Amino acid sequence: MFDDFFVRALIAGIGVALVAGPLGCFVVWRRLSYFGDTLAHSAVLGVSLGVFLEVNITATVFIVALAISGLLFLLQKRGDLASDALLGLLSHSALALGLVAIAFMTWVRIDLQALLFGDILSVSKIDLSFVWIGGAIVLAVLFSIWRQLFAATVSEELARAEGMNPDRSNVIFMILMALIIALSMKIVGVLLITALLIIPAATARRIAATPEQMAIFSAIIGVVSVVGGLYSSLHWDTPSGPSIVVMALALFVLTLFPITRLLRSKKEG
Amino acid sequence: MLSDKSVLVSLKNAGVYRDGRWLVRGVDLSIDPAEIVTLIGPNGSGKSTTAKMILDIAELNEGSRSNHKDLHVGYVPQRIEIDWTLPLTVERFMTITASLSSQEIDDNLERTSVKHLKNSQIRNLSGGELQRVLLARAIARKPNLLVLDEPVQGVDFSGEISLYELIKEIRDELQCGILLISHDLHVVMAATDRVICLNGHVCCQGTPSAVAESSEYKHLFGERALGALAVYQHAHDHKHLPDGTVEHADGSITEHCHPDDGHHDHAHEKEKSNV
Repeated sequence: MFDDFFVRALIAGIGVALVAGPLGCFVVWRRLSYFGDTLAHSAVLGVSLGVFLEVNITATVFIVALAISGLLFLLQKRGDLASDALLGLLSHSALALGLVAIAFMTWVRIDLQALLFGDILSVSKIDLSFVWIGGAIVLAVLFSIWRQLFAATVSEELARAEGMNPDRSNVIFMILMALIIALSMKIVGVLLITALLIIPAATARRIAATPEQMAIFSAIIGVVSVVGGLYSSLHWDTPSGPSIVVMALALFVLTLFPITRLLRSKKEG
Repeated sequence: MLSDKSVLVSLKNAGVYRDGRWLVRGVDLSIDPAEIVTLIGPNGSGKSTTAKMILDIAELNEGSRSNHKDLHVGYVPQRIEIDWTLPLTVERFMTITASLSSQEIDDNLERTSVKHLKNSQIRNLSGGELQRVLLARAIARKPNLLVLDEPVQGVDFSGEISLYELIKEIRDELQCGILLISHDLHVVMAATDRVICLNGHVCCQGTPSAVAESSEYKHLFGERALGALAVYQHAHDHKHLPDGTVEHADGSITEHCHPDDGHHDHAHEKEKSNV
C-alpha cells in the first residue's frame, strides 16, 4: 500500500502531526514560535548543503538547525542584541544564504516551490521510515523529559531550586526542535513548519484544562489537519503544505464559535 | 528526615554582582535543621538574592556556598507568572516537581485551606489564594529546607497569622530548616529563631528577643513596635556606594561593612553586646 504516493504522504503527515502536537505545545508555552521559524528557515541552507555534499538532506537540515540554535545560544550570552533582532538576523540570513547557494549550484535543479511549500509527490519510502522512526524517538525522549521540561517551562528558578536540571532539558528540547524541523520539512515545506507546531496547539488550548490534555488534543487536531489538508490538496491540486495549514486554521476558527464554550462549560460543570 | 544534624546550607562571604553593581555581598549565613531564620531589610536590600544564593539559583561572584548532601528543597518564590497559553490546574501544579498521590495533594491543599480550588486554573487565583497554593505545593514535597520568599503577601490579616502558625507547625513536624523573608515585623519576631537584618550585607543578627530588647531594634523598628503600619524605615550609619563599597559616617570608605570594623560608633556595638 506504500506504493501509492498519496498513502505515503498521508502516513508521513500523520507521523509528523503526532510529534508536532506535543512539541508545539512547548513552543507556544515558551513563546518560541519565532525560534521555530528561524530553525525552519535554516532548513533551506541545510538542503543546499546536503545537495552540495551529495549526502542525505534530512541529516544536513538537522545539523544546520542544531548549529543555528547553538549559535543563537552563544550570541544571546554575549547580549549585544535583543533576542528578537538576533532571531530575525539568523532566520533571514540562513534563508537568504540557502537560496543564494542553491542558485549557484547550476548543475542541480532544486524545486524551490516544493522546498518552501511542501510536496506530497516527493515523499519516498525512506522518508516515511525517517518520519516514523525519528518521530518515535522524538516522542520517547519528550516523554522521558516531560516532567523536567514542564517544570522548567512553568518556572526555571523553581525547577532549579528544587533539584531539577533545566539547562539539560532546555538543550534536549532544542535538539528535538531541530529534529522535527528536519522530519516535517518535506510534508509542509520550510515556510509553514511553525504553523504545524503552533496552530494545533493554539486550537487545543481553547478546549484543554491541563497541559497533558492540551498535548494530546494538539496531536489529534494536527492529524485531522494533515488528513483533511492532503485530501483537499489532491482534490483541488493545491500545494500540500498550505492546504494542511488552511485546514488547521479552519479547525482553529471552529473553536472560536460558542459551541465549544458550551461543550467546555458542560464538561467543567 | 536527615541522617545527621549538620548544617543544611551555608554561605561564606557570598556576593552577587549584576549589571554593574553588587546586589548583595559579604553574606555569612548558615541554616541548621529545624531552625527558622528570617531575613528582614528594606526593598532592594538583597533579601531575595540572598535566598537565591541559598537555593543555588543565583551564581556567586565571590565567596562560596556549601550544602548538606541530602538537601531536599521546597521553594515558595516571591512571584510566579503563569502564561495564559498554559492550561494549569491547581491539582496539576502541585506535582510539577514531585510525584504526589491524590491523597497527598488533598491533604496539603487542606492544610493551607485551599482544597476547594483544586480544579481551578492557577492564573485565575487571587494573590492570596496563589500564595496558599504555592505554600501547599512546597510543603507537600516534605522538604528538609523550606525557603519562603514573602509567603503571606496578599493574604488577609487573620489568614496571615494562621499561615505563620502553620509554618511553625511544619517545622516541628518535618524538622526542616526554614528561611523566611518577610516585611511583617511583629509576626516574624514571634515566629523566628534567628533574625538577620540585611541591607546589601548582613547588618546585624541574633535571636528575636535579644534583638527586640536592644536599643537598636527600638531605634530601627520603633514605629512598628507602636503598632503603626508605617513603611519599614531602616536607619543607617553608613551608605552603600554604586560600586559596592561602603561609605561610613566618619567619611571613610571600605570594601565591606562589618559591625566590628571600627567604623560604627553606636548601634551595631550595642546590638552586639545584647546578642
